[in-house]
Amino acid sequence: MSLEFNNEQMTEFKRLVARYPEGKQKSALLPVLHLAQDSFGGWLPTEAMDHVAVLLNIEPIEVYEVATFYSMYNLKPVGKFVFEVCQTGPCMISGSENIIAYIQQQLAIKPGETTKDGIFTLKLVECLGACGYAPMMQVGKIYREHLTKEKVDAIIAEYRMQVAAQN
Amino acid sequence: MGVKLLLEKANVPGIRTYDVYRREGGYSAAEKALKEMSIEAIVEEVKKSGLRGRGGAGFPAGMKWSFIAKPEGVPRHLVCNADESEPGTFKDRYLMEFLPHLLLEGLLISSFALGSNDTYIYIRGEYAWVADILEEAIQEAAKNGWLGKNILGTGFDCMIHVHLGAGAYICGEETALIESLEGKRGNPRIKPPFPAIQGLWLRPTVVNNVETLAAVVPIIKMGGDEYAKIGVGRSTGTKLISACGNINKPGVYEIDMTISVEDFIYSDEYCGGIANGKKLKACIPGGSSVPILPANLLLKTAKGETRYMNYESLSDGGFATGSMMGSGGFIILDEDQCIVKNTLTLARFYRHESCGQCSPCREGTGWMEKILQKIESGKGEVSDIDLLWDIQRKIEGNTICPLGDAAAWPVAAAIRHFRDEFEWHINNRELSQTSNFGLQHYADPIHVPA
Repeated sequence: MSLEFNNEQMTEFKRLVARYPEGKQKSALLPVLHLAQDSFGGWLPTEAMDHVAVLLNIEPIEVYEVATFYSMYNLKPVGKFVFEVCQTGPCMISGSENIIAYIQQQLAIKPGETTKDGIFTLKLVECLGACGYAPMMQVGKIYREHLTKEKVDAIIAEYRMQVAAQN
Repeated sequence: MGVKLLLEKANVPGIRTYDVYRREGGYSAAEKALKEMSIEAIVEEVKKSGLRGRGGAGFPAGMKWSFIAKPEGVPRHLVCNADESEPGTFKDRYLMEFLPHLLLEGLLISSFALGSNDTYIYIRGEYAWVADILEEAIQEAAKNGWLGKNILGTGFDCMIHVHLGAGAYICGEETALIESLEGKRGNPRIKPPFPAIQGLWLRPTVVNNVETLAAVVPIIKMGGDEYAKIGVGRSTGTKLISACGNINKPGVYEIDMTISVEDFIYSDEYCGGIANGKKLKACIPGGSSVPILPANLLLKTAKGETRYMNYESLSDGGFATGSMMGSGGFIILDEDQCIVKNTLTLARFYRHESCGQCSPCREGTGWMEKILQKIESGKGEVSDIDLLWDIQRKIEGNTICPLGDAAAWPVAAAIRHFRDEFEWHINNRELSQTSNFGLQHYADPIHVPA
């Protein structure tokens, strides 16, 4: 399988690289990996990382070591919507454990797993900087805050409808 | 109402946009600095203001600026640290989300003072939507002549670039942040050389927190001396506090550092008291890394004096009976909270975030989490408490960067102040799985429990 950026993605790639001085293009690696993850289905297959290495003119290992270090890069396939639920201190004392248990029950998956229909992945994460609006989770770019069981139900229904509308 | 210097205009409708920000007097400090002041004069005002780094360490900002090397022909850089990741802290997010132009104005003045033509905002990857807000604000500022070439006809060129991180608490440490900005793993560098001599791409670099750089705007507007009159002692100006946990009104508050901890927690203007009619048990006043204090040491110092929300008062008594201002992440725990469990979630956080470079931190954080898990799940032994103490002591001070200390301190403070709660957990294995130790003698001495 070969993965390459299309024209539109290449335009964005060039915009990202242009932020750094000549010869310092490796600095764009983190933003470019975000672009690659968004472009290739929400995760980073080895082929995608190799493509990034070629574009930035660096060794593939320089990409792998970065992709494995940062928690936002997914190294295996994920569902269409990834529920990243915060479990750190401030969220925990505000009731995140109940929310995590409820999501597991509603989606019938454990943390790290994806639903059989490929729609949802549950991931437990550390502090996302929303402690005053706890309990919370991130879904894509969006923060879902002040979570309750009712809100979780509504969010799941909302995404299911989005998927249904696309089919 | 206390003095507001940063959030004064936060509620003005549309303040996020350039037009409204400008109409409300925005960019007048930048105009003053670039047109009427010399670089030396700007640095002098920041020094006189007594402004201390708002990220957590509290190092004087003006002094940090004065360290920057100026070798001939080598570009210098200002980097804004927006990698806000300290549990309990969400103030920079608020500032950037609602007042992006205030940060940009502070960045422009600071870039001018430091001679940075390319300035970077390193923002944590999870704040991607905030990064979009900043990008939009940068475009607006550039369109109106505040960024780009020859700004205000001064001959000064400056561009601000947003750089998205990807999920790593360690990148809030300035040398790890620089590594990350160079496209590498966030492994902190050994200092010296300090970033002011060899930082980003080995060029002289200053890394400052979001709130620190935003505070440069009121400092230039009012002058360093006037700014220094606000607050008390070496805690000058205002500080953003992000309050969370079991309180009625979580949120971001600007305080002038003369308010008492008691007023901050119980007054309606700020936290509005403990939620659900519960009683206060403990507080982590400056982000998860700083020592937790039981209620009886929080409102009054060990000497029985009122404790205030400022750098000196919060650290009164040292680590034995005090804590730290830190990042301003103010976490309140009520009577139902379990100290062992809270400490466990923090230990797990630091284990997850250790970069793995130094053995004491890499191995020690894992051990602390495992032992705390053992105690929490009702399988602990009394000797485990001493083992925990021993491990944290061997991490502190033995690592390249302060993450080791940050991981050790919460465990040390929890044992120091709540040792009997740990012992209760161990001696009541079954009971501890279904009930809590409660308040006991940690009760708030002012708001006496019924």
